[in-house]
Amino acid sequence: MSLVIKDLHANVEDTPILKGLNLEIPKGEIHAIMGPNGSGKSTLSKVIAGHDDYAVKSGSVTMDGEDLLDMDVDERSREGVFLAFQYPAEVPGVSNANFIRAALQARLPKGEEMDAVAYYKNLYSKMDVLEMDRKFTARAVNEGFSGGEKKRNEILQMMMLEPKFCILDETDSGLDIDALKVVAKGVNAMRSPDRGFLVITHYQRLLDYIEPDYVHVMSDGQIVKSGGKELALELEESGYDFLKEGELTNA
Amino acid sequence: MSYDTTIDTIDQETQEAIDIDRTKGDFSYPEKHKYDAGVGLSEDTINYISDVKNDPDWVRAFRLKAYETFLSKPMPTNWATEDLNNIHFDKIRYYLADGQKPMRNWEDVPPEVLETFERLGVPEQERAFLAGVEAQYDSETAYSSVKEELEKDGVIFVNSTEGLKEHEEVFRPWFGKVIPTGDNKFSALNSAVFSGGSFIYIPKGLKVKHPLQAYFRINSENFGQFERTLIIADEGAEVMYMEGCTAPKFESTTLHSAVVELVAMKGAKIQYVTVQNWSSNVFNLVTKRGIAHEDAEVRWIDCNIGSRLTMKYPGVVMKGERARGEVISIALANSGQHQDTGAKMIHAANNTTSNVVSKSISVGEGRATYRGQVLIPKHLKGCKNNTECDALMINATSKTDTYPAITVRGNQHVTQHEASVSQVSQEMLFYMQQRGISEAAAMSLAVNGFINDLVSEFPMEYSVELKRLIELEMEGSVG
Repeated sequence: MSLVIKDLHANVEDTPILKGLNLEIPKGEIHAIMGPNGSGKSTLSKVIAGHDDYAVKSGSVTMDGEDLLDMDVDERSREGVFLAFQYPAEVPGVSNANFIRAALQARLPKGEEMDAVAYYKNLYSKMDVLEMDRKFTARAVNEGFSGGEKKRNEILQMMMLEPKFCILDETDSGLDIDALKVVAKGVNAMRSPDRGFLVITHYQRLLDYIEPDYVHVMSDGQIVKSGGKELALELEESGYDFLKEGELTNA
Repeated sequence: MSYDTTIDTIDQETQEAIDIDRTKGDFSYPEKHKYDAGVGLSEDTINYISDVKNDPDWVRAFRLKAYETFLSKPMPTNWATEDLNNIHFDKIRYYLADGQKPMRNWEDVPPEVLETFERLGVPEQERAFLAGVEAQYDSETAYSSVKEELEKDGVIFVNSTEGLKEHEEVFRPWFGKVIPTGDNKFSALNSAVFSGGSFIYIPKGLKVKHPLQAYFRINSENFGQFERTLIIADEGAEVMYMEGCTAPKFESTTLHSAVVELVAMKGAKIQYVTVQNWSSNVFNLVTKRGIAHEDAEVRWIDCNIGSRLTMKYPGVVMKGERARGEVISIALANSGQHQDTGAKMIHAANNTTSNVVSKSISVGEGRATYRGQVLIPKHLKGCKNNTECDALMINATSKTDTYPAITVRGNQHVTQHEASVSQVSQEMLFYMQQRGISEAAAMSLAVNGFINDLVSEFPMEYSVELKRLIELEMEGSVG
């Protein structure tokens, strides 16, 4: 069982961005997608999550055999899809503690209330892993957060919601090396035989700390090359110029 | 942050969902009125009310004079909404009562009236955290009680009828002085036909710990409720008063037009909290004003969720040095509703301070209007005003408008004005939904976040209720 993407075509307005993308991520594995700007990496993450701006023209996305494209955004999340945003939105006036609690509450059957004491205990233990100050719970979601704080907050939410499948969209952007290590620690703590990861990144640096099982190269809306973690090192060295020269090995 | 929104015009189903959500107050009992002033307004109507209430002569004269003022004043449609023309004064019933005096025990209240207030949770709240309660059913008070120890301390908490008869020496000097009859057409109407409402006197130096509460309930169709409230806090006294209100949703419109006068003597503090949740066919046209003497403070904490049209601009006249005035206001306008609210701050002494924070939310085709007036005359010095008004629009069809008027003369004052209009952005919604929160819950979370800092100004018991009401309103707001 796994996340399976077959021949996926998706547009923004009338412009095709994803052009027949195929990818399978079995449980327990971490797959990294690299690629130049504009190759469609972030679009892929938004399409899996169900953003309105992207229209799926054909193809399928399933998770454990369930058709994700048929579900609303919030339904996909409750089924276990988590997206750590590159640019997380601010939610003014809503505290982090209340926000995460609302997300957990949405997963409970109607009428069932959460145990507040157990919730805070859990929250604090995850915050400790991410070296976050306790004061953080009372701050409004992402409001006035530094880049690093925002990314940590994404990982904290991921740890609290315990999704089946995690997408990290450029989680390393805007992070200094210390913050990057902390974030990677959180992600590594989440590695499990029951959980799949898709890590989208520009740089090999992140993959030093979150070690992928496979690396894919995306270009012009397709996966054009796949390999082991050594592929990331190659890309780091020689860049994406090979894409122009047509030396393509299709996955 | 982007201000795009893609939510479409509210549909029929959503509209129904919004209506259904008002069920808490949406019920009525058959009328059993011994006294009914009939339909329409004339001198006879006023004499009828005066006869039934056994008014002293000065009150009857006050009413008849007010009636003339009411007739002479035009509808303020030169600045306010034309919707006012849909109030048909000749089709309203101005006085309905069963002839009973206010009861001091809930057991003595007629069963259907008791059941009404039980369903609205009033006796329960009284047991939990209130120092006194007045419950008004149509024109008259059905229940009135204040904790014994407060009575011993000299607190007066009665309805206006009892106030003007039994405590004339305290009542009369201030009655109609904070808000003169001719202040506006609706204050004149109230002065002509008023019935019910509270009269409160807090003696010198007494700080009442728990709030006093009034609940105003309209049960009858084509009816006008005109309560009259006067609260006097003597030197150094402190009191918090809370009012709630509901009505069933009838086919025809209902009118609620109250006058509320507050007097804070030297060093006194009055906080007046309103949670207005009238059904969406009620015209709610209310005049509220307080006088703050030297070192005194008057705070209006005002939340308007219900009604078809609300026009309400609580005011404070800062008459003594260092007096403070404040209006904290939340308004939520859903489809078919217009919340026209604001504040009036009149600085009339040196070193006086006023603060206005207004947040409005318009949903569907709802409209929220802010009107503010701040006046600081030239001969004063050291006055301060801060005004903030923020509007949040949920749908593309929602409307909001702001009319601030700040008149500051002289150069020894500090004023500050900030206004903002925002929308719940699509990106914010997507973010919240990606965490598994439904669109409606996300919307309600965003709205609660928008007003969060103001909700904390309400007493705890009310802020919980407020959040629940807002959630109900937001449930129907997404297509």
